[in-house]
Amino acid sequence: MAPTIAEEMARKQREISIAEFFEKNRHLLGFDNKRKALLTAVKEAVDNALDACEEANIIPDIIVEVIEMGSDRYRVIVEDNGPGIVKNQIPKIFAKLLYGSKFHRLKQSRGQQGIGISASVMYSQLTTGRAARILSKISPNKPAHYYELKIDTSKNKPLILKDEEREWDKPHGTRVELDLEGSYIKAGQSVDNYLKQTAIINPHVTITYVNPKAEQIIFPRATEEMPRQTSEIKPHPYGVELGLLLKMLRNTPFRTLQAFFVNEFSRVGAGTAKLICEQALVPPSISPHKVTREDAEKLINAIQKTKIISPPTDCISPIGEELLEKGLRKEVNAEYYCAVTRNPSVYRGNPFQVEVGIAYGGDQSQNEPATLLRFANRVPLLYQQGGCAIYKSVVQTNWKPYGLNQSNGALPIGPVTIAVHIASVWVPFTSESKEAIAHYPEIISEIKLALQEAGRKLQKYTLKKRRVKEELKKRSYIEKYIPHVAIGLKEILDLKKYETENIENELRKMLEKHRGKLEDMGFDPSKNIDFDEELARIGKEEEKETQEEQ
Amino acid sequence: MPNKVLMQIRNTALDVYNKIKKKKQPTLTTPIRALSNVTYNVKAGFFELNGKMKTRTLTASTVKSFAQTLRMMALSKELIKNNDIATKREAYYVSKNWGDARFNEQSDSDSVMDDIEAMFGVNREQIGFIADEHGGDVAGKLIVHDKNEKGKPVRIDCTKMGSGAYSIPTSVEHLKFETSAKFILAIETKGMFERLNRHGFWKKANCILVSMGGVPSRACRRFIRKLSDEKKLPVYVFCDGDFYGYMNIYRTLKVGSGNAAHINEYFCVPKAKFIGITPKDIEEYKLPTHPLKEVDIKRGKDALKNDPFVLHHKEWQKAIKKQLQMKVRAEQQALAKWGLNFVIDKYLPEKLKNPKTWLP
Repeated sequence: MAPTIAEEMARKQREISIAEFFEKNRHLLGFDNKRKALLTAVKEAVDNALDACEEANIIPDIIVEVIEMGSDRYRVIVEDNGPGIVKNQIPKIFAKLLYGSKFHRLKQSRGQQGIGISASVMYSQLTTGRAARILSKISPNKPAHYYELKIDTSKNKPLILKDEEREWDKPHGTRVELDLEGSYIKAGQSVDNYLKQTAIINPHVTITYVNPKAEQIIFPRATEEMPRQTSEIKPHPYGVELGLLLKMLRNTPFRTLQAFFVNEFSRVGAGTAKLICEQALVPPSISPHKVTREDAEKLINAIQKTKIISPPTDCISPIGEELLEKGLRKEVNAEYYCAVTRNPSVYRGNPFQVEVGIAYGGDQSQNEPATLLRFANRVPLLYQQGGCAIYKSVVQTNWKPYGLNQSNGALPIGPVTIAVHIASVWVPFTSESKEAIAHYPEIISEIKLALQEAGRKLQKYTLKKRRVKEELKKRSYIEKYIPHVAIGLKEILDLKKYETENIENELRKMLEKHRGKLEDMGFDPSKNIDFDEELARIGKEEEKETQEEQ
Repeated sequence: MPNKVLMQIRNTALDVYNKIKKKKQPTLTTPIRALSNVTYNVKAGFFELNGKMKTRTLTASTVKSFAQTLRMMALSKELIKNNDIATKREAYYVSKNWGDARFNEQSDSDSVMDDIEAMFGVNREQIGFIADEHGGDVAGKLIVHDKNEKGKPVRIDCTKMGSGAYSIPTSVEHLKFETSAKFILAIETKGMFERLNRHGFWKKANCILVSMGGVPSRACRRFIRKLSDEKKLPVYVFCDGDFYGYMNIYRTLKVGSGNAAHINEYFCVPKAKFIGITPKDIEEYKLPTHPLKEVDIKRGKDALKNDPFVLHHKEWQKAIKKQLQMKVRAEQQALAKWGLNFVIDKYLPEKLKNPKTWLP
């Protein structure tokens, strides 16, 4: 019998591996164009390096080299002094998509999904055909291990092209080397700017950077103190969806439903577990593996109706007001700085914390829109500003009471830089490329509260400045007429010259005394000792150069 | 003999000077010249100043007038010492040499001048300034004894002005009068004065005609007062039948104004009576009318509410309310409807004979 059309079509259908999928959909991972691709590769490697060092409580020293190879090809080298990677894990981590330690846990870290570095390896292989070169050492007593890796995209498996031991004089660490197609610019959304902002938001890190022009730039650390260790937490019941619950029920080692809830979730004690089960009319003693789909749905509903305490929040490590302000001081030479770290909050069962820093006045331009710096888990977000929840929150906040101009639905206008940092056990991004934060109402609301708090601090300053300005205006107005008072008196009383001058001086003194001493609100550019002019210039000056070239 | 005003100027300046030397805030205070700060002294017959004062000192809002007041006082001193005078307009122009302290408008300059008058309780001539306002026209059975520019006596016969009239000078204190007239008729409009003069009404009625030409100037008010006091002549006032005529012209002539409260005493005619055009006249004589405008209605209502003169006289309250009800006004020249000389032949004679139709 001749095959039906359905059978014909069936013959053409086959499984598509995740690697094949991303091969054809690079933009989902941040490799849409050459400039972005270069940046994304550096970013993923640096993120991993920082996460690894922090987990091992090693104060990070990162070296980044970007070498121009010609014809739009670049060699990216990122080397860290972290704990290193166990030999067997290296191929899977670098050459297998969606493999990693971070997807299955809720912990504040830069990398979240285990896609990043493997995607870079895949991109490198796609555009140059070359393998990734990884060198890693876990202890001074053991030799370093060197791999050359590619990805088998149809099976999503690593292809090991070389595997050998090597000598390395570092006690421990990892070095990643990739060749890829890219495009380098100094300004705007660039590697330079990314590294600079990373250095600002991570004051404990030292980065040594060699750019394609072979210039070496060092971003020295501002503190020897490591940030607080973040801890992993169990998921909170409020954040769990049906699919995840079913998966957890299937995989759990615990034998009763009650024990399952108590042990697999945070903030659930025996009593609460029982309440949930009773509310759902599912016996607490039942085995989790026997829970049906309908029961699971009932449990989800029951959870929403049960009162459960908020998840623990000490698992988050914020930057802190002092260091946030210090970071801004390095980058912007302003008159006034302030920073706010809010208390942690929760969205969909996940704890998160918002921090805002503001730098106002000084060198910054009066009539330009505010400069917005966005960070998530200590990683700068350089793309998709318009689609980011942070941008939306800033735009929806009314900045006029704080002394800035603003049109409806736009960034405020004035000499101001606003830095917003969100730390969470799971930051919700709008896409895999982790460029913009998703618009959860709880998050937007918290960001706005933080912005308003910082705004109020700014308001005190701008109000004071305006008062002083108005007072100066009044005084100079009154001063205009003082000589005329003196002339009137002189003519009526036939005063001598020195007597008239005397009167004028007395009147001036009286003016000052009566109205009080005025604070000098002028901007002294040399006053801010933390300001690093060279650092600030990175990522900026070349805009002028490129304009001139054009 | 030291001039009293010079002493006052000097003492005021000295006070300011000493305060400054003692490092205290110097101030200049003058009475507030407004309807809100006067009382109608019924017995004496004019608006008297209450006690409210305004103070000028080294604040952003008052420092400019503070400086200007001192400089104008200095100008006064020069004028008095040199036996010179300056018109209000000239004073305004002198200030143009004062740099930042110059006056932007003449009204500002006039205001400071009035403040200085009020501070010292004197008339502007005593501080060296004269008005440039029109004095008022006079025709009728009156002889005025004046002086010429050399100080020689001059005799002016107001019956011999032909078709013209005698113009009241700026300073009237020194004038002497001779007359056999029975009363003074003060008229609002030049037009009405012309008709009465041309047809010799002053001869027929044996009176003195004075044309106020709108709001009477200080000189005009002083002239009428002086003439009326010295020759014991009643004063009858003949204006348009509207609130401007009643309040701005008649009431100012009779009891003075808020603005000139500091000098009202000798510059008003408490004995004056209003003979027309009254609201009743408009009805009785069936005069052609115009509707009251917003501004007229506001004037009427303000008068009922705030004017101490109106508040005292029930007849005026009745009259104003009646006119507000009627919603119309009529000019004195509207009498021409019944004939050009109706005013001479019928209206004035009837009204003058009938005090019951007058208003106080």
